[in-house]
Amino acid sequence: MDVLLLARLQFAITIIYHFFFVPLTLGLSLVVAILETIYVETGNEKYKRLTKFWGKLFLINFSIGVVTGIVQEFQFGMSWSEYSRFVGDIFGAPLAIEGLTSFFLESVFLGLWIFSWDKLSKGLHAATIWMVAIGSNLSALWILIANAFMQHPVGYTLSDGRAVLTDFSQVVFNFLIFTHFPHVISAGLVTVAFFMLGVSAYHLLRRNETDLFRTSFRMAAIIGVIGTIAVGVFGHAQGQQIPHYQPMKLASLEALYNTENPASLSLIRIQNPITDAEILDIRIPALLSFMEYNRFTGEVQGIYQLQKQYEEQYGPGDYVPPPFILYWSFRSMVGLGLLMILISLFALFVDLRNLYGKFPWFIKLLPWTIALPYLANTTGWILTEVGRFPWVVYGLVKLQDGVSIVVNSGMLLTSLIGFILVYGLLITATLYLMFKYAKAGPMVAAEVPAEVTPSLVNPPDSL
Amino acid sequence: MTLNTLWFIFIAILYTGFFVLEGFDFGVGILLPFLGKNDLQRRTIINTIGPHWDGNEVWLIMAGGATFAAFPNWYATLFSGFYLPLFLILLGLIVRGVAFEFRSKHDNPKWRNLWDWCVFAGSLLATILFPIAFANLLRGVPIDANMQYAGGFFNLLNPYALLAALVVTLLFTLHGASFLSIKTTGEIEQKAKELVRWLWLLVVLLVFIFLITSFIITDVQEHINFFTIVFPVIAVAAILAAGYFLRKEQFGRVFLMTCLTVAFFVLTIFALLYPNVMVSSLNPDWSLTIQNAASSPYTLKLMTIFTLIFLPIVLIYQGWTYWVFRKRVSSEPENLTY
Repeated sequence: MDVLLLARLQFAITIIYHFFFVPLTLGLSLVVAILETIYVETGNEKYKRLTKFWGKLFLINFSIGVVTGIVQEFQFGMSWSEYSRFVGDIFGAPLAIEGLTSFFLESVFLGLWIFSWDKLSKGLHAATIWMVAIGSNLSALWILIANAFMQHPVGYTLSDGRAVLTDFSQVVFNFLIFTHFPHVISAGLVTVAFFMLGVSAYHLLRRNETDLFRTSFRMAAIIGVIGTIAVGVFGHAQGQQIPHYQPMKLASLEALYNTENPASLSLIRIQNPITDAEILDIRIPALLSFMEYNRFTGEVQGIYQLQKQYEEQYGPGDYVPPPFILYWSFRSMVGLGLLMILISLFALFVDLRNLYGKFPWFIKLLPWTIALPYLANTTGWILTEVGRFPWVVYGLVKLQDGVSIVVNSGMLLTSLIGFILVYGLLITATLYLMFKYAKAGPMVAAEVPAEVTPSLVNPPDSL
Repeated sequence: MTLNTLWFIFIAILYTGFFVLEGFDFGVGILLPFLGKNDLQRRTIINTIGPHWDGNEVWLIMAGGATFAAFPNWYATLFSGFYLPLFLILLGLIVRGVAFEFRSKHDNPKWRNLWDWCVFAGSLLATILFPIAFANLLRGVPIDANMQYAGGFFNLLNPYALLAALVVTLLFTLHGASFLSIKTTGEIEQKAKELVRWLWLLVVLLVFIFLITSFIITDVQEHINFFTIVFPVIAVAAILAAGYFLRKEQFGRVFLMTCLTVAFFVLTIFALLYPNVMVSSLNPDWSLTIQNAASSPYTLKLMTIFTLIFLPIVLIYQGWTYWVFRKRVSSEPENLTY
């Protein structure tokens, strides 16, 4: 098999898998930190139990996120060595700074948080989980700064066939970061909101720990409303940036083959998934122009024109990211996002008016909606990364020029199969544990005596 | 001192930190199924490293990230050239990392046994493969004129590298056992102390064999300078001093000495490499050096500022965690909670 294809497949699989766990880590770390802070401030044991319950689920999720993250740090050099040589001067810096400022913070303080319930003062203990939350969310910032360089390289010059950093502040304040970072952080909030709504609904249906789960439900509904609206606002702002730096991504995700002014928005398009031949396409005139420019005029370039322009600019080749994938990943993400706004608003309405008894179907539905943010997170990244095709670094390095030279397909196939097997077993174990602890409720966590006798020399093994 | 040299030193320090810290938690992982007779004892053993292993591992991630940022060509050549061993190291670290978290989450002997062996296998795999990689760095690997690794996987498994793997595996196990001897009580403590005595003798023997072999097989004679003499001398003195403290039953100091041994052996490797970062066995001119593998001076300067600000802070709070958990972990059932 083709080395390039295998390397892409492996990167796609390992990064999607990794990011499956990241948004919940981002959001849940904040939630646990808030819960523990309320406990410290009020002394109310209820919040301690909530901290322990959600904290336990956080730990299961966190550990798999961490170990799959190490793979990413190494994979650039392993299968994308020529990419690494080309961008190392720029791309390596945010990655190293991420380790220095974020990974140490989250890992060291999480170890403390787990084992020091009876060793640190209440306030200090709560501070450790805040460090974890800050570390996790800060790491998202640095990795998005690195990714922004791949999407829209700035602050560099070319020298001896590689990119050399000229202005670090330009790299850090890449205009994409102002939309990408809040978009990802609010996606973390959405993920934790739906996770908490679903788990709380499960217990409320069974009248299990109603007080605790009503509190969780309300907290989740509020976070959900804020998160889903913020994701939408920043996502829209992101969309308006696209024509300015990756017009081809926009043309492809809208299946806009010819340049239009004003440009139409496709309402539904049915196409042959392989050839992209159009079977049906219903378009609303001028709406795409409005979405991009806030007015009903304005040119949006089409796939054919851009392909021709890029061939002239960069030489012959295929410059069209697969419209079928982009079109549907974009619409899935947006559709799911809108649906989640409605669900969050309704959940908040049900809670504030205490209408749980009136809408049992809604409460029964909520556990299933946990899947929604995961689907939206994944399709969002597929859109962003597949839409970068055929570039690793937009306009500078193509995929085939970034892949490792000395790694052959046998090696890649070995590692790909290895990762799939191990990752497959791990997700099984993770889901098993998540379900077990989510269903068990706070009783299990409460059985662990946190502040036992002062003579205790050993820490509780974990929450 | 140039920034390139400074960054070479930073990376040497990061790897040193990683091997000293993760060295003992690898060792503890290797010993887990053998020193822990029952679930209670195994839990106790894991709890000694429980709060620390994740933070220890960040030193490796940091070393990788720093290599990427400061010496992109080193990162690219090394990581693509050593693809399969690195892949296996990653698998080991993954399996081991989740095992710590997952084992206690289900009260079933088979489940726990499975994850305990995962801790063992993952720790052992990583412990064996790191010295294989480093021994080859020292020995030199086929690197062509384009900075590409021109060997295969089995080139790496030469007898010298395998000897290094054996020495390091025993050294880390000793390091882990001496850590356990000061962090546990009762039966585990006694068994750990007994093991330290046996392992110490073996390690001393193997260290001398390894040093002599290195002198014969590699070109260390051509790299004689202040550091390449002082560092290994300190390492050897430390391992011998460990024997002295062992006789006096001062296990805290034994652990300190195994820390020094690991640290100065790692530093010796880097001192011998300098100013190369990867030695080409095909043509010395094709070696990767701190010059031709490096990032631009601007990037190095920038990274230096970040490192000088944040690394001391990291050292303070990570050091503090060791202070918080300074007491021994006892394995009385009423105290050990799951």
